[in-house]
Amino acid sequence: MLSYILRRLLSAIPTLLLIVTIAFFLIRLAPGGPFDLERPLEAKVMENLNKIYQLDKPLIEQYWLYLSAVVRGDFGPSFILRDFTVGELFARGLPVSMTLGGLALSFAILVGGTLGAVAALRQNSLIDYVVTGMGALGLTIPNFVVAPVLQIVLGLALAWLPIAGWNGGAPLNLVMPVIVLALPQIAVVARMTRAAMIENLRSNHIRTLRSLGLPSLTIVVHALRGAALPVISYLGPAAAALLTGSVVVETIFGLPGIGRYFVEGALNRDYTLVMGTVVVVAVFVLLFNLVVDILYAIIDPRIRYD
Amino acid sequence: MTEPVLAIRGLQVRFRTGDGILQAVKGVDIDINAGETVAIVGESGSGKSQTMMSVMGLLASNGWAEGSVKYRGQELVGLSPEKLNNYRGSKLTMIFQEPMTSLDPLYRIGDQLALPLTTHGGLSKTKARERAIELLELVRIPDPKRRIDSYPHELSGGQRQRVMIAMALANNPDVLIADEPTTALDVTVQARILELLSDLQKRLGMSIVFITHDLGVVRRFATRTYVMKSGQVVESGETSALFASPKHPYTKMLIDAEPRGRKEPAPAGAPMVLDAKNIEVNFATKSGWFGKTSHVLRAVDNVSLSVRAGETIGVVGESGSGKSTLGRAVLRLLPASGTVRFEDRALMPLDRAGMRPLRRHLQLVFQDPFGSLSPRMTAGEIVTEGLLVHEPRMSRKERDRRAAQAFEEVRLEPAWRNRFPHEFSGGQRQRIAIARAMILHPKLVVLDEPTSALDRSVQKEIVDLLRDLQKTHGLAYVFISHDLAVVRALSDEIMVMKSGKVVERGTAQDIFERPKEDYTRDLIAAAFLNQQEPDATPLAS
Repeated sequence: MLSYILRRLLSAIPTLLLIVTIAFFLIRLAPGGPFDLERPLEAKVMENLNKIYQLDKPLIEQYWLYLSAVVRGDFGPSFILRDFTVGELFARGLPVSMTLGGLALSFAILVGGTLGAVAALRQNSLIDYVVTGMGALGLTIPNFVVAPVLQIVLGLALAWLPIAGWNGGAPLNLVMPVIVLALPQIAVVARMTRAAMIENLRSNHIRTLRSLGLPSLTIVVHALRGAALPVISYLGPAAAALLTGSVVVETIFGLPGIGRYFVEGALNRDYTLVMGTVVVVAVFVLLFNLVVDILYAIIDPRIRYD
Repeated sequence: MTEPVLAIRGLQVRFRTGDGILQAVKGVDIDINAGETVAIVGESGSGKSQTMMSVMGLLASNGWAEGSVKYRGQELVGLSPEKLNNYRGSKLTMIFQEPMTSLDPLYRIGDQLALPLTTHGGLSKTKARERAIELLELVRIPDPKRRIDSYPHELSGGQRQRVMIAMALANNPDVLIADEPTTALDVTVQARILELLSDLQKRLGMSIVFITHDLGVVRRFATRTYVMKSGQVVESGETSALFASPKHPYTKMLIDAEPRGRKEPAPAGAPMVLDAKNIEVNFATKSGWFGKTSHVLRAVDNVSLSVRAGETIGVVGESGSGKSTLGRAVLRLLPASGTVRFEDRALMPLDRAGMRPLRRHLQLVFQDPFGSLSPRMTAGEIVTEGLLVHEPRMSRKERDRRAAQAFEEVRLEPAWRNRFPHEFSGGQRQRIAIARAMILHPKLVVLDEPTSALDRSVQKEIVDLLRDLQKTHGLAYVFISHDLAVVRALSDEIMVMKSGKVVERGTAQDIFERPKEDYTRDLIAAAFLNQQEPDATPLAS
């Protein structure tokens, strides 16, 4: 197992290199540059800026410089948010995004998993219909609708929660963004858990447990473990997406996460910021896919990687 | 007479389906006395399994039972699952047809064995483990101390069924219900499991209810037999009396349905259709980054096979013996080495495109009549698909005419060719699969267990059909099967395969009457469970 993990980590290096390369040249293909403002800067100023940020060098040399810096852990300075390096921006924003995403993820697993399991155990009952119906709602109503509605109801009308802001991560400030982030995930997890549970409850080995007269709790535990597999394979990529922040949620609630950097960076041709975001997201995706595979092997003894 | 352990009276089982309410069991009376073995016989759909499933409270959620099932005077019908749990798993237990999937793949067998012990027997975890090892010893699993920590996928089908039996016997039940316990297993394994069950019964004294379609098992083990058809018991009585003088026409039909008759020999001097020499197939397992070959499995090891027009070669062996792989290799559906000649052409040097025009002469019929037909095409489209490739210029009208003809040939109503596969029974689907091969007027057909998934009476019809088609068209058959009764009824020559090698070959008569190898003898002995006793009705047609 350990050697498998090591192999997987090693094989992530060429993948990352490929992603970085493609992203680097793609963003350079976009017209314009980081210092193209509405009123063009003086030629001399522009020249100096380009020199400072090494944008005057041939593209291939810039690529090489960037790569060698990244290997040392240096993501370079941000072009737009002066005085900050990309590393510093992530050091501030990533914990915010990860807190929100992590909470939303745990919330989604707990609530979605429970709802899905209950719905499966009471298939075609009222609660089953409620869960499947709400699941459809959670998926179809976009977060930029849910978020303002929550802000108006919970923030303004009832005034139970602060409308927006990070406030050093105070629990009350987290409630609404976490709910908005978690809702669609709850819907998906509930639906997947329900489907997988139903399939498992009908399987022959559950029939064996029933024929042995075992209590329903034992049967539920066995069915849940089997049902966890498809849900986990969905949760891997979902976790990567949640933990790297959401543009919409962070913008609406005015949160200093990293979700908005991707959009802002791309629009402003902040090359280093875009590249930094790409690397962070790629690392998360690779990491969580590995986590999924490891969890799979732990849950299902038939899967062996050695 | 003493009170029966299990008394079923007027049991009815209904299912709520999309097409309304379906009555699967229509008022059944069955008694099981202490320590006796009772068989419930019938073909698929007779309601034999559902009768016993309702005793155990295991009906699907859309089904329910009415009537009465009394265990030692206690009414079981209508009990809540919690109340029922006082009886099932301890007093009444059940083993199933599907040993491969009846154990939870995610838990060690020791943990699964411990569940009924800790729940009903009130044993502690450590005591339960000790007892689980004893139970594994009881069902003769080798090396139980080590095996107890295995996962189900590390055991063979026969071993898994042994574990199921151990779980069922954990709390010394009064009644063990065995629902087709050996159907999914190889014949020699079948025989060992049945011996184990009858031996355990002698030692532990429980009653056994065999649900089966296999009359050989019934004859050998059951003291009394109930014959079920369409949800009703049509005949019952002492097994020997029932077999000696069956009264109901359905019982007669069942007993008569065992394949019999022999093949007439192929005309002398018939042309050679397929001649395969020194066939070898290797499967390599690759591992590591650079795909180093870590393990080579020789699935077929230096096997030769030749078949003339009108002749049938039976290939017999247990699962994993390489018989299906051999069938595919001679059709060049798998990479293999050796030489294969079809009529006067060597097949091995041909590439895929080169093989294509020859394919119409070399057809294949599969075991699974459910999986091998596309559910989204009509039966007519399925049957004529080969014509699209081999006779692309044929008009739609002509194709349709050929489909109707092919349907008639396999004795299906030609008007049914616009129906979809799910509207047909298993036997009818297998006829469609045969029609799909026949429409191309092949010279050689490889039949890969074409009758294994079918009821005996349907099997007999398919065997008759295959025999007639062979006679009319002078077909050469390679008939692959683990069912020696069917092979005997169809083959001129038989090859017995084991671990990729041919252990014995000869004419059908020689193999059955004078087997030379122990393995062949084992196979025949085990299969004779499915056969008439030697002194019963003579087999010759």
